[in-house]
Amino acid sequence: MPFTDEQLERYSRHIILKEIGVKGQKKLMNGSVLIIGAGGLGAPAAMYLAAAGVGKIGIADADSVDLSNLQRQIIHTTADLGKPKVESAAETMKAINPEVEVETYHKFLTSSNILDIVKDYDFVLDGTDNFPAKFLINDACVMADKPFSHAGILRFKGQLMTIIPHETPCYRCVFKTMPPKDAIPSCKEAGVVGAMAGVIGSLQALEAVKYLTGAGDLLTGKLLTFDALHNKFHTIALPPRGNGCDVCSDHPKITELIDYEQPACALK
Amino acid sequence: MADAYKIDETVDITNVVCPVTFVKTKVALEELDDGQILSVHMKDGEPVQNVPRSVKEEGHQILKLIDNEDGTYDLIVKKVGD
Repeated sequence: MPFTDEQLERYSRHIILKEIGVKGQKKLMNGSVLIIGAGGLGAPAAMYLAAAGVGKIGIADADSVDLSNLQRQIIHTTADLGKPKVESAAETMKAINPEVEVETYHKFLTSSNILDIVKDYDFVLDGTDNFPAKFLINDACVMADKPFSHAGILRFKGQLMTIIPHETPCYRCVFKTMPPKDAIPSCKEAGVVGAMAGVIGSLQALEAVKYLTGAGDLLTGKLLTFDALHNKFHTIALPPRGNGCDVCSDHPKITELIDYEQPACALK
Repeated sequence: MADAYKIDETVDITNVVCPVTFVKTKVALEELDDGQILSVHMKDGEPVQNVPRSVKEEGHQILKLIDNEDGTYDLIVKKVGD
C-alpha cells in the first residue's frame, strides 16, 4: 500500500535515511515488537517504537503506576497514578501515533504463558528489573528462536546486548545462572538515575529498529556497557554462542522453562 | 526538453516543502526499476538547490535539470540500483 501524504510527512526523517528509506519504513510498519516491562527501559523504548510507526507493539506488565516510578518511567504521568502500567503506556503510545496497534498484557509473564505471547512478535525487548524474569525471557526466546534485546540498569550504569538465538551468544551464555540471593541489589534498594533508563531503553529501541529494517550491525556477540559517572561506553566482545550453554548449546540441559524464585528483598 | 527523454514516471513536488519534496521524490524512485527515468516537477529555490543534490547522494544519475522559465524546473533522473 502506498504511503498517505500524512505518513510521508510523519515518517519523512526515516524515509530520507538511506539505511531506512521507503522499504525500511514499510518493514517497521509491518513489524511487531513485544516489550516486557512498562518501566524505566520499556517506557522510552515503547515511545520511540510507537513514534517510529512499528505496526504492532505488545506491552506486558502486571503492575500499576506508582509515584516512585515517575522519576524515570516517562511514558506515565502523575495523572496515571494507580492505573495499570500497560494501560497508561498504551494511551501514551496511541497519543504519539494513533496508527500503531497496541496489545496489552496486564499480567506477569511466567513459564506457562510466555511462549504463547512471544510467538506473535518479530522481536522482543526485555525491559524487566529482576533476574528471574531475565532468565525466563532469555530461555523462552531461545526456545522460540525469537531475537531479543537484553538490558539492565542500576545506579549510574547500564548494559545491553542483542541475541539472535542459536546464532549469537545468549544471556545465559554470558551470565550462566541466577546470581546468589542478595548478591545484587534491586534498583529499588540501590537506586538508579532516571536518564539511564532513557539511554539504555532508547538503545534497545534502536536495536529493534535495526533488526526490523536490516540497517547496520546488531549488538550481537557483544555486551555494551555504559558508565555515566565516568562517561564510558564499552563494547565487550563475547565468546561464541552455545559453548556449554545450558539453554542454547546444541545439546541443552534446560529444555523446559524455569520460574526462579524472586529474592525476598525484591518482592513487592 | 523533457520530451527528449523517455520518461517512465513523473512526480509533482511543487505543492510540498522540504523535506517532503525529497521524500516524495525518493518514494517515486523506489517504485521504479534500475535504469528507468523519473521526471520531478519542482519549484525554483529550495527544492532546486536541495533535491538534485540529495538524489545524487543516493546514487542516482541526474540526466538534466530543465528550466521551464515559469518558476518551475523538471529534474530528469535515471534510477540506479533496484
